[in-house]
Amino acid sequence: MLNINCPYCGDRSQKEFAYGGDGTVKRPELNKEVSDEKWNEFVYLRKSPRGKHIELWHHIAGCRQWFKVQRDTVTHEIFKTAKMNEEIK
Amino acid sequence: MQKYSIFSLIKNAFSNHEKWDLAWKDPSPKKEYDVVIIGGGGHGLATAYYLAKEHKITNVAIIEKGWIGGGNIGRNTTIIRSNFMYDDNARFNEFGMNLWRNMSQELNFNVMFSPRGIINLAHSDAQMNAYARRGNSMRLNGIDAVLLDREEIKKIIPMADFSEDVRYPIFGGLAQPSAGTARHDAVAWGYARQADSMGVDIIQNCEVTGFDVSGGKILGVRTSRGDIKTKKIGLCVAGSTNVLAEKLNITLPIETHLLQACVSEPVKPILDGVVTFGAGHFYISQSDKGEMVMGGDLDGYNSYAQKGNLPTIQHVLTGGIALFPFLSRLKMLRTWGGIMDMSMDGSPIIDKTHIDGLYLNCGWCYGGFKSVPSSGWTFAHTIAQDRVHELNEGFSLNRFSKGYLLDEKGLGTKTWIS
Ligand SMILES: Cc1cc2nc3c(=O)[nH]c(=O)nc-3n(C[C@H](O)[C@H](O)[C@H](O)COP(=O)(O)OP(=O)(O)OC[C@H]3O[C@@H](n4cnc5c(N)ncnc54)[C@H](O)[C@@H]3O)c2cc1C
Ligand SMILES: [Zn+2]
Repeated sequence: MLNINCPYCGDRSQKEFAYGGDGTVKRPELNKEVSDEKWNEFVYLRKSPRGKHIELWHHIAGCRQWFKVQRDTVTHEIFKTAKMNEEIK
Repeated sequence: MQKYSIFSLIKNAFSNHEKWDLAWKDPSPKKEYDVVIIGGGGHGLATAYYLAKEHKITNVAIIEKGWIGGGNIGRNTTIIRSNFMYDDNARFNEFGMNLWRNMSQELNFNVMFSPRGIINLAHSDAQMNAYARRGNSMRLNGIDAVLLDREEIKKIIPMADFSEDVRYPIFGGLAQPSAGTARHDAVAWGYARQADSMGVDIIQNCEVTGFDVSGGKILGVRTSRGDIKTKKIGLCVAGSTNVLAEKLNITLPIETHLLQACVSEPVKPILDGVVTFGAGHFYISQSDKGEMVMGGDLDGYNSYAQKGNLPTIQHVLTGGIALFPFLSRLKMLRTWGGIMDMSMDGSPIIDKTHIDGLYLNCGWCYGGFKSVPSSGWTFAHTIAQDRVHELNEGFSLNRFSKGYLLDEKGLGTKTWIS
């Protein structure tokens, strides 16, 4: 069981959250020409690192906010959680 | 190679079974090979076997970081099927069904292939319609498909909960009677033994740590036991695909996730086929030893842990008990997990790459056991001839950017919910 520290509500059990995938992918800018390659990268390509991973989680059975988590994909240790407008270095 | 038969069994009984030949040798890596296969799982072993058998390429090494059978080939729930709707998936896997039917004879190894049938349960009229459509597509590709109604399902699994007031009442289901199970480690050992006998070097405890690439061409691999020269590499590392792709500076439409399974204590025969309860995120079969073999969802977040967390097992078994209430009185013997190469459309990739001599075999998601023979066969062809076979044409790497997805379940790019 993971314990995730929601930046709004504090430490809660994994069961309250839904996963949102890689938190580092950036959507190509709106209203600009996007090449197929760039769109492919955004929609499909993922690094999926073995080790530290910045990802999105949704506190779906709580405050319903999305936020960022930095987690180790081997040990599941969670290093940091942050609001969407905050950076995780 | 010593042939396995009733006579060799009797003969060896006289020496207390202490004088059997080793099933495969334990060679040290040579300086150079024509082809290096990375990963000694089902796909790597089958590829090496078909390279030697079909294409007479025998100067081949399989480089395995652990031991043969230690990866997903020894961790799956052994379901073999070809109940797919899209032509590319259906033809590829039905080609594999034919290889499965003859595998024990061909490999001279009892893989215990048991075509006991699979049923996918349906819980609404809409789902019945969708299954009718899938079944028709399957039949157009020569695959056996039978649409069953509630009463017919009741005859096959009378112990399921058929009450009207359950969350997912059983409306019927789609069956593929020729689907089944096999003994997974026998498949690995069978392919390994035959590949070895034709001259393939199976090198265990040897990890690939890097690649020698120059001018867009493969020149060799770096391993924990020294550098090896080769012009062709077949990458068959399943759940480690992203890790090795990173060393090649390639980003793939793949995420690595964890899938768990569990078995109960053995009980008397009660279930003769495979049943999937998609609405409850649960599937089940009974092993020949009597254990109920069960699985369901991914753990739900990127993972390389090779062991799972409890909430998923609880969730899967909750669904299981909803379908088969008798399961609540069984003790669980063990749970385990394996890391999966989840592709963005749920279908595999067997293709060449932009690097000359680098061939890619990945994206097996949770269904790569059934594809071991068809994948090995087509991947060997792709490597030997340097072009894809028509059976794996659809499994191209560029189908994502071109928009030719094979999204059998229409789930989109959320690999963790599939
Ligand atoms: C719980 C579970 C249930 C499943 N159930 C089914 C099922 O019912 N039906 C079905 O069809 N499929 C099922 N699967 C999926 C199936 O097991 C896999 O898709 C398939 O086994 C993957 O291919 P493989 O056998 O080649 O992989 P593996 O056996 O994992 O082989 C990959 C090998 O590569 C090696 N490797 C990794 N990195 C390196 C490196 N750097 N150097 C050298 N070697 C390396 C690994 O050690 C490993 O042995 C299931 C999987 C799991 C985990
Ligand atoms: Zn919250």
